[in-house]
Amino acid sequence: MAFAKNVSQVDEGLKNELGKKGIVVTTINELYNWGRRSSIWPMQFGLACCAIEMIATACARYDIARFGAELFRASPRQADLIIIAGTVTKKMAPQVVRLYNQMAEPKYCITMGACSIAGGPFIDGYNVLRGIDRYIPVDIHLPGCPPRPEALLYGLQELQRRIDDQEIEKNEWYQKGLKREYPIPEFGPHGLVPKYNPEIWNPRIEDTRKERYGEPILIGKKTKAPDLDAPPAPPRTAAAQAAPVPPKPPAATPPPKA
Amino acid sequence: MTTEEIKILIEKALPGVKLKLVRDSILVENAPDLTRVAKFLKEDPALRFDYLSSVTGSDYLTFLESVYHLYSMEKKGPGLTLRARTDRQNPRVPSLVPVFRGAEFQERESYDMYGIVYENHPDLRRIFMWDGFEGFPMRKDYEQEDSETLEACDVDWLEKHGVPVPAEIKQKAEALKREGKRAMARKPGDTEPA
Repeated sequence: MAFAKNVSQVDEGLKNELGKKGIVVTTINELYNWGRRSSIWPMQFGLACCAIEMIATACARYDIARFGAELFRASPRQADLIIIAGTVTKKMAPQVVRLYNQMAEPKYCITMGACSIAGGPFIDGYNVLRGIDRYIPVDIHLPGCPPRPEALLYGLQELQRRIDDQEIEKNEWYQKGLKREYPIPEFGPHGLVPKYNPEIWNPRIEDTRKERYGEPILIGKKTKAPDLDAPPAPPRTAAAQAAPVPPKPPAATPPPKA
Repeated sequence: MTTEEIKILIEKALPGVKLKLVRDSILVENAPDLTRVAKFLKEDPALRFDYLSSVTGSDYLTFLESVYHLYSMEKKGPGLTLRARTDRQNPRVPSLVPVFRGAEFQERESYDMYGIVYENHPDLRRIFMWDGFEGFPMRKDYEQEDSETLEACDVDWLEKHGVPVPAEIKQKAEALKREGKRAMARKPGDTEPA
């Protein structure tokens, strides 16, 4: 989805002056988007620990209702926002794509937390999908492990800003021939088939992971195993820990100032 | 009661069972004896290990191991670890389901991850991975697929579902298929890809 800032044609100052006299100047777009962004219905769908933060966000303390998104629906057909809160395992991924397909247009997607963005700490695992954006389009990527409720609220506001910037005449779900059903991956003998949907996602050409985080942990064949028959390492006892530290040699006296 | 004392008790009650102490746990050297040992540990009035807390697998490269953690709800004493070893080619360990009903799902998990076949298990099939998954992912020689490279089966699937595949990806997948290779993840010791 392409987003361009919606700039009002009406002068901001004039609008304020007219507002004081009780005259409201607006555009269809503004009014329509105000209504849409102020009543987002998220789906009641959690996968892992991020879901706990999502629940906290919906509760009284953080209160997502302040932003008009409190109505968590248990059915994808009644929701227009899917918050993918948690690790998407390969076994769960087809169901997530299916749920997204079942949602009514216009629909939005927030990936919450490192796992659903790129696999998170489980990126090298055999069982975890490296980011749900391989199969469905994502509007907001919300990093964190897990993100704080404030971060989710910020992500929601960011999504609202994006909804604000859409034009109803150009919105793709009002156009003819909109294809928004994404193929559901299947279980293969070694993982999911396909590994990703090249229409939506492609591997990064330059992988900066090594630069940023150092040598990656290599997966695959492992060649070491502990020898159980060898005598175990002597336990670290309290006495050994409290062994007297050898006294430091007396600090050399600084040379007298010349 | 220490592990050594328990070992002596078992040896006295079940002559012919070979046991060995491995780091404060008891190794049942002959795996088929395991059911007898477990039954004795559960039913002996002095021990009463009536709770099987976990069944795990473990890969030591030359052999596979099935590890059991037993506790006594009645005696509230310390736990006991039992081990049984099998070879990698045809790993077989008797199932403990006839003794501890709760072993069923845990043995299925161990089978799923390590491929240890529990004999006489009532329903031995995969529990976490889907049916049709090949290989046992927690074994040390399991090779993982490279999740960034599409292969011929992926390309076929995508085209069948009406997704246009870029020509470059197609060529790569075909080249892999011609060579009869699969795209695998890099392993420790592999050279850096050019």
